[in-house]
Amino acid sequence: MPELIAKSALEGQTVTLGTVTLAEVDVGPITSIAVFPGGAKAVAKGLKVLGLAMPEPNGFAEKKGARIVWMGRDQAFLTGVAALALEGAAVTDQSDGWTVLAVTGTGAVDALARLVPLDLRLLVFPVGRAVRTQANHMNVVILRSGDYAFEIMVFRSMARTAWHEIDTAMQMLAARAGTKF
Amino acid sequence: MRIDGKGLVDRTKPVRFRFDGKDYAGYKGDTLASALLANDVRLVGRSFKYHRPRGVLTAGSEEPNALVEVIGASNQTPNVRATVQEVFEGLVTQSQNRLGSLKYDLLAVNDYLAPFLSAGFYYKTFMWPRAFWEGLYEPIIRRAAGLGSLSGRHDEGTYEKAFAFCDVLVIGSGPAGLMAALTAGRAGADVILCEESHALGGRLLSDPQTIGGMAAGDWVAQVVAELNALPNVRIMTRTTVTGAYDNGTYGALERVGLHKPARPNLPRECFWRIVAPHAVLASGALERPVAFENNDRPGIMMASAVRTYLNRYGVSPGKRVTLFANTDAARATARDLMAAGITVAAIIDPRPDASAVGDCPVHVGAEVVGSRGRLGLSGIQVRKGSEIIEIETDCLAMSGGWNPTIHLTCHMNGRPRWDEELAAFVPMEGAVPGLVAVGAANGSMSTHGALATGQAAALKMVEALGRKVSVPLPEAEDAPYRLKALWAVEGTGRAWLDFANDVTTKDVKLAAQEGYASVEHMKRYTTQGMAPDQGKNSNVAALAVLADATGRGIPETGTTTFRPPYVPVSIAALGAGGRAEGFAPQRFLTSDQASRDRHAPMIEAGLWYRPSYFPKPGETTWREACDREVNMVRQAVGVADVSTLGKIDIQGKDAGRFLDFVYTNTFSTLPVGRVRYGLMLREDGLVLDDGTSARLGEDHYLMTTTTAAAGLVMRHLDFVHQAFCADWQVRFISVTESWAQFAVAGPKARALVNSFLETPVDLPFMGVAPVRIGGVDGRLFRISFSGEEGYELAVPTRYGEALFRDLLARAETMGGGPYGMEALNVLRIEKGFITHAEIHGRVTAYDIGMEKMVSAKKDCIGKAAATRPGMWGPEREQLVGLKAQAPISAGAHLFVPGQEVHRETDQGYVTSVCWSPTVGAWLGLGFLKDGRARIGEKIRLVDHLRGLDVICEVTGPVFHDPEGEKLRA
Amino acid sequence: MRLTCPLCGERDRREFYYYGAEDFLRRPEAEAPLADWDNYLHLRDNPAGVTRDLWYHEAGCSQWLLVTRNTVTHEISGVELVAERKA
Repeated sequence: MPELIAKSALEGQTVTLGTVTLAEVDVGPITSIAVFPGGAKAVAKGLKVLGLAMPEPNGFAEKKGARIVWMGRDQAFLTGVAALALEGAAVTDQSDGWTVLAVTGTGAVDALARLVPLDLRLLVFPVGRAVRTQANHMNVVILRSGDYAFEIMVFRSMARTAWHEIDTAMQMLAARAGTKF
Repeated sequence: MRIDGKGLVDRTKPVRFRFDGKDYAGYKGDTLASALLANDVRLVGRSFKYHRPRGVLTAGSEEPNALVEVIGASNQTPNVRATVQEVFEGLVTQSQNRLGSLKYDLLAVNDYLAPFLSAGFYYKTFMWPRAFWEGLYEPIIRRAAGLGSLSGRHDEGTYEKAFAFCDVLVIGSGPAGLMAALTAGRAGADVILCEESHALGGRLLSDPQTIGGMAAGDWVAQVVAELNALPNVRIMTRTTVTGAYDNGTYGALERVGLHKPARPNLPRECFWRIVAPHAVLASGALERPVAFENNDRPGIMMASAVRTYLNRYGVSPGKRVTLFANTDAARATARDLMAAGITVAAIIDPRPDASAVGDCPVHVGAEVVGSRGRLGLSGIQVRKGSEIIEIETDCLAMSGGWNPTIHLTCHMNGRPRWDEELAAFVPMEGAVPGLVAVGAANGSMSTHGALATGQAAALKMVEALGRKVSVPLPEAEDAPYRLKALWAVEGTGRAWLDFANDVTTKDVKLAAQEGYASVEHMKRYTTQGMAPDQGKNSNVAALAVLADATGRGIPETGTTTFRPPYVPVSIAALGAGGRAEGFAPQRFLTSDQASRDRHAPMIEAGLWYRPSYFPKPGETTWREACDREVNMVRQAVGVADVSTLGKIDIQGKDAGRFLDFVYTNTFSTLPVGRVRYGLMLREDGLVLDDGTSARLGEDHYLMTTTTAAAGLVMRHLDFVHQAFCADWQVRFISVTESWAQFAVAGPKARALVNSFLETPVDLPFMGVAPVRIGGVDGRLFRISFSGEEGYELAVPTRYGEALFRDLLARAETMGGGPYGMEALNVLRIEKGFITHAEIHGRVTAYDIGMEKMVSAKKDCIGKAAATRPGMWGPEREQLVGLKAQAPISAGAHLFVPGQEVHRETDQGYVTSVCWSPTVGAWLGLGFLKDGRARIGEKIRLVDHLRGLDVICEVTGPVFHDPEGEKLRA
Repeated sequence: MRLTCPLCGERDRREFYYYGAEDFLRRPEAEAPLADWDNYLHLRDNPAGVTRDLWYHEAGCSQWLLVTRNTVTHEISGVELVAERKA
């Protein structure tokens, strides 16, 4: 049989409205690393190969295209590099489970403030933060990759809803900005 | 009447608007109320109960009288306060609560019936005869109840919600709020300043004075300019903080687009949830009316409102004004009017010791006892000693003192404190953690007091935030607040307390007399404080009258409970983002487009959208398509997307042990490469979920849950793991979204599946194996939910659509094709497989005939409770099959033929039904008392809702291939 | 209402799922008398004052939390992870 054709949920869609750009992005493979009790040392050793360590809660770290994102108690997602065999942890492929949306621009915080019940002020939520929270009714992972740049990880099946909701927030913001008083 | 040279409205920007079908002109910066007063429109509404003519009373959001309807292109908003609504080009408004025109309201007859309509009249009047309750009284009451009307159409307006966070939230931008914001802002704290109006300044915009050696307006402009320049200060105008909630959370309503013509995507309102560890309540105070006979005529207004209209809007509400006030401060209104060239006919001051000096006649120790003018004030009667003086006037400015706006401090059950000197309630310190009331809201009635307390509170907060700042306090007026409490003037006529709900002093006295002496009872008996203004203008005066009537003091009488919201909030704003697509996320399958391409109607299954059936040309009903799809699976091969089932990847040395604990049956003994059906109980012994789990490796399982319970099961597993075995070597994660999984079922399933595999496999029933499909690593399970030989083929989600399209194309060459949810349901009923229609939260393993699956050799969640008396035995309703030759329904109940049909004779109920093309009969699954012992009996199925009454045969739940030969073929 | 998740920090109440009293953590032995199971499953206090109950950080880290709070004052005096609880 012929090769199966791969498709992302939103086929790389992108839109800019006012000061905000919304785009589906590809972060490469996503691997869940869930450390077993007593497995921390072995995992640390395994991650050292990539120059990474298990991240602190609510944070992520990067090294040469590989990124490790905090996901929960003794749990992280390794993205951007192929899965690696690790002693001391349950390793599960999550590459196909998520859609990643980049929300960038000076109005990005304002757009997300319409959906996310979280303090996203730069001082409180600096670059390098990664949190699990919700956007309207969807569970999401939010990473701050720049002063004006966020990545939102959402379940792949909900990608269209996530897109719709962020886009709606952007449209309302743009309409506000377009009025004089 | 507009006064030249006065006011802050923009005279270069005229605005045309409409009220009750007539066009008027106003200016940018006007409210509807100020613009109508500028056009000498005094009559703006009718009162709720008596339909009395009413005019503008206040200049703020507390307005009880001037409620109008604003008419948009697609909506109509009732009860809009004319004192809040800003005019804009094209604004269309109309008066409400009238039958006929505003001038000749037919329901004004109610006013003449007033003797029969006193407090509680409806409790007394509409009691008898009982036969009139529904047919006569209810329609009359419904017609009369409510204020304003809606368009009757769906509100298509845009509404927004948003979250905000700051260090210091400042509520109100009068002198206290501005000083607090400036202090916290200069210290570098993150500040949000909310102001209800469109302009900052509060009373400083209405009351001319000097601050720090400059005109108050200039001082405001200077502070606002500095605040605007500070990046750490966010100013939110047109935003009312509506409620204080736990842990520093505040609700706020922003009027985003209500003051301008509608445009696409521009929100009408935005509801903010603001989180702030510190908040300054600088909400000022509300001036209170005095109750005297006929004190509700258009033209009788609050003194502060008259001053606001004059100084802020450049409008005099009258040509010959009188003042009735019990404070020194109110005299300023008269001075400002005279300075603007308006005649002040008299000042009536009830305080015997008040100054009699003025540039107009001053009546000290006098009271207004009555008024005249049907549609607008034309004169008042003043009692001075034993003398009654008649004074001609078209506007009476009244003041009974001020009530601090303490509402937010009471939103978390805090009770205010009575201050005898102010004759008003003031906030109890610390009633809302983090919230500090300052200025007039805390009883500091002078401008100096406002500035000083605003600054002091901000300094404390700044210090708590670890910051330091020094801000000089500007000099300002610090006159004492001298007041003699005056709630109601003695008299025999009707004197209004609650203008909005037409409650008079008599009503309150009547309540006390009839035993409703508690303030909460009085409120409910008279409806005082229950109108849109929520008693802002009347609560304290009503209390005072009640206290007087019951011979208690005001502190003993107490207040009613203040609850959010402070101002009316539209449901649309509260629920913003929750309509249409925003109601719940939509989950789409990778096969979604391919199914829609084949015209499959999509149905919701939880949040998922799944194809109902796949119509073929010539098929006119869903049943035709469904029957064909069932036959197709039974005779050839069918393909269905089953990716919605929950999939949980479980790993670790204790993975099998963990499954043994959460499932009733044993999984630690399952060989690698095999799949087992598992039953999961809740701890109370009822069935939680079922599904298959596969052992992929020595320490690696894949659990499947039902679509409906996927989230529930995950939460349950997390609880069991974290609460009881956190130290076990087991971790798990959802992989539902990672795999696209397709059921391939039917006699030709094996051939179809093998045609996809790079290396064909010969899987036994309930086997699993890794496979390669089209260059991709996948998994193949031999499991069946149809009763036919069945497989499920899983590939990473990104390949789902491609595989689905390929599967369909190839299936169709074999006489097969896709099948939808309808056929899937028929197939599983024929086979007697249960879903959440059966395991609906009230059934036990025993009820569904699976008690043998509860292993005796080990403990598991729910085992202890499942074995207790009452959870098993012949008195339970047990799963059976039902067979009939006429249509039957899920939800129907079962009875013994010949017996009466009522609740006591109920034998059970039906959970699933279908027409079975395989069996050629209507089939059902249901629960019947002692059902397993009654197989072969006839039972009567009754559904009163659908009008069904059918005799069925009781059978075992499995109709198709009961021995399972096809599955194992 | 806001809860401070020991891992995620202070969060809005909407991220959490409320389950019930901490009693659910004290699961009887399998062979315990039925009365113990009845107590475990169904019998609850309804205190006016300090209570300890279970919340699930469903829209966050998926951790079950043991929250100590006052039903009268609404004060939240402690939040700990169920998985790492002391007693």
